[in-house]
Amino acid sequence: MSLFHQDYQVQREDYANAGRVSSSIKSVLKQMGLNPNVLRNIAVACYEAEINMIIHSEGGEIELNIAEDGLLSIHFNDHGPGISDLEKAMSPGWSTASEKAREFGFGAGMGLPNIKRVSDEFEIETSPQGTRLMIGFRIQP
Amino acid sequence: MKVKEVLAETNWPITASEESLEKEISGVFCGDLLSWVMGNCEPGQAWITVQTHLNIVAVAALKEISCLIIVQGAEVPQATLDKVLEENIALFQVPKSAYDVCCECFKLGI
Repeated sequence: MSLFHQDYQVQREDYANAGRVSSSIKSVLKQMGLNPNVLRNIAVACYEAEINMIIHSEGGEIELNIAEDGLLSIHFNDHGPGISDLEKAMSPGWSTASEKAREFGFGAGMGLPNIKRVSDEFEIETSPQGTRLMIGFRIQP
Repeated sequence: MKVKEVLAETNWPITASEESLEKEISGVFCGDLLSWVMGNCEPGQAWITVQTHLNIVAVAALKEISCLIIVQGAEVPQATLDKVLEENIALFQVPKSAYDVCCECFKLGI
């Protein structure tokens, strides 16, 4: 059973709105009275994943879910083209970001490593049809 | 030290809401790669950068950064200035280098 569920959309190369979904999610969770440290970790992970969708994908959906057992999960499902080398993408410093993205300060190659470091659960699968990332955080039920 | 006290000591040009001037600065973080800031900056720190795109405001808000210090005279787009007022994050614009601003912050005891 889900205690809370919300869907969001992310558009390809929508740099002007980068971070909008993460801010919305942080705001919703703050109102629920989540522990500030957990909230910051969620904000970091969510922002990095949202940015990845904007920079690298054709766009997609983000789903926030809070289950009765206290698992807060966020799913990032994009519409491709997938990550060419997932192992390298998980290594700090490796990036395929475009020149345009780098001009804005993105493309440090720290996105996925940052996400994995701050989340309690991390699952990723990728194919040319799209990348599906799930991050989970244990919160009080 | 509060943002308004840094303003009083340095007279650096600032764009700030009343509320943002009251924020306490716990330290300083200097960097231009957003993921490094997301991964390493602590809440309450002042963030020194040459990045000026709108995205820095999202990062500053999500990380609960106390204020932004744009150095080296980097030109800040109006959209970014509008956004910092909306998000209640003060933004200083300083012609000096990041190193010089770090030294000044150190002298101020931040």
